[in-house]
Amino acid sequence: MTSASLPASAKRSKRVLPGFGLTMGVTLTYLGVIVLLPVIALVLKGAEIGPARFWAIATAPRTLAALQLTLTAAAMATVFNAIYGVLMAWVLVRYNFPGRRLLDALVDIPFALPTAVAGLALSALFAANGWYGAILEPMGIQVVFTIWGVAAAMAFTSIPFVIRTVQPVLEDLDPQYEEAARTLGAHPFTIFRRVVFPAIFPALLVGITLSFARSLGEFGAVIFIAGNLPFKTEIASLLAVIRLEEYDYNGAAVIALTLLIIALVLLAISNILQARALRYRGKTG
Amino acid sequence: MSLTVQNLTRRFGQTEVLRGIDLEVKSGELVALLGPSGSGKTTLLKIIAGLDWPDAGRLVVGGEDWLDKKAQERRTGFVFQHYALFPHMKVRDNIAFGLTVMDRAHRPAPATIAKKVEELLHFLQIPHLADRYPAELSGGQRQRVALGRALAIDPAVLLLDEPFGALDAQVRRDLRRWLREVHDKAGTTTIFVTHDQEEAFELADRVVVMGAGLIEQIGSADQIYDHPASPFVARFLGLTVEIPVTMRAGRAEAAGLDTSALPRRAMADGPATLFLRPADITLLPSPEGAFRVTEIATTGALLRLRMEGPADCQAEAELPRRAAPALSLGQTVTLRPEVGHIFPGSPTPAQPAPAPAPVSLIKESSR
Repeated sequence: MTSASLPASAKRSKRVLPGFGLTMGVTLTYLGVIVLLPVIALVLKGAEIGPARFWAIATAPRTLAALQLTLTAAAMATVFNAIYGVLMAWVLVRYNFPGRRLLDALVDIPFALPTAVAGLALSALFAANGWYGAILEPMGIQVVFTIWGVAAAMAFTSIPFVIRTVQPVLEDLDPQYEEAARTLGAHPFTIFRRVVFPAIFPALLVGITLSFARSLGEFGAVIFIAGNLPFKTEIASLLAVIRLEEYDYNGAAVIALTLLIIALVLLAISNILQARALRYRGKTG
Repeated sequence: MSLTVQNLTRRFGQTEVLRGIDLEVKSGELVALLGPSGSGKTTLLKIIAGLDWPDAGRLVVGGEDWLDKKAQERRTGFVFQHYALFPHMKVRDNIAFGLTVMDRAHRPAPATIAKKVEELLHFLQIPHLADRYPAELSGGQRQRVALGRALAIDPAVLLLDEPFGALDAQVRRDLRRWLREVHDKAGTTTIFVTHDQEEAFELADRVVVMGAGLIEQIGSADQIYDHPASPFVARFLGLTVEIPVTMRAGRAEAAGLDTSALPRRAMADGPATLFLRPADITLLPSPEGAFRVTEIATTGALLRLRMEGPADCQAEAELPRRAAPALSLGQTVTLRPEVGHIFPGSPTPAQPAPAPAPVSLIKESSR
């Protein structure tokens, strides 16, 4: 063997798995056909409409109302999920109790359950004659056919995002950090605020973003409980469907594109915040 | 502050990790807890810090009963083997942590904290690292910062858990010297845990040798090295060759053994065990020798030989290759121990041998 051919063969043998070219090709093609192409088609469709008309459709009172409701309810659901999700992840990681594994498995139910089933179950529970509704309605709290119902359905379907992103980070968090903080005189709440929370914050941010994005697009679970009253409890994705059924393709495309833009902007912000929160990892990390 | 531990016991389930520890540490003293892994030394350290609780016993520091106090109230400076620096805080904030988490009534003003941190950074010779994150530091630098963070709260006791265990040999030696300087200047009562006897002997005022949840011996480096108190300590200090002997008129006797170099002992006649370091044995080739050479290995500078004696007795010797007599496999030799320790009773091969010291010495010198 000549010395010139040696580096080439050495380089080739570095890859443990063969077929990099093939697998990468398949992956990219699939990604293009399934994800990228529809998004591009949507953007092109939106561009066809023209900025003035786009603006007119997007700011029509019914569209605005739907977008506002969707964003507000998604924000409410996300705030709830952020707090409850961290709590749940904490309980699952830090305590050992009978039924912990069962509880851990239960967390995935909102993902596994068809969203329509979730919506039906939630509306049955919160209806005036349902288990929760029977308690809440006499207190003057109505959930079904209000923004609360929309938020509840959104929170239900997106809660696993926060739990499942925070949980592994919490599991990997070395208990020595907390021990060190204790010997330095920090009390439990201070330890959580200054040691634990900064460590899980980047993961929490990912969970929050995913949870919010999912809530923005949640459809199946929401329409059962929302009542879908125009200007009141009509979510944006439902309005897009209604426009489509009216053969108003432009109207549908504008709403879809607006949701897409909101989601993308959010993703970008989340990534920037995450990078800032992780800057301590240094060049080596 | 002085520290007293009385009859401390701790068990995890069925295992007794501490089986009655009594220890006095004087104010300002630097004490090493030395022992193999599983001897309970880290558990003892964690109990002193309040990170673990004993099942019975007393712990008094500076006249106060510390078992009545939470970890937060004890003011111990704890330094972890893997540093446990808060990764999202700069060095400066790590060191200031213990001061910034004090309750409002006792917390110094921000300017006072900043000044104290600056002083510590200079004291520890790391002012240039103040604005870096832990991920940007080397292991040795991280451990300096960890010590700074522990010292910032003016600890009553400084506790170090294998502080140099994760560092390579050269850095370890530098830090050892540096820690001794820091201790002498700061004067904080310090207890550190190690399984490295060289580290313990070089650094500590007194060394506490622990084995299987008990204190085996307390003393200075020379005392322990020259007069190991028990077979356990002897083995742990590298006296790994055990030869069954018979005591007669204060002299150890065994076939194939020339004990003329060993002084007489005031010991009763009967069976005993001679403990030797492989390097303290001289080999005398002789046709009537009772030991047969079964293995010869060289490390370059040293020649290491294994020999088999009567009744399956295994012996190991280590000698400078330069000075070695011509030896070959299967040759018979007589062993002449130059220094050794004798404990009454027959050898107990059932006991697992502790960390063999000669191996770690070779490793270090080959770096």
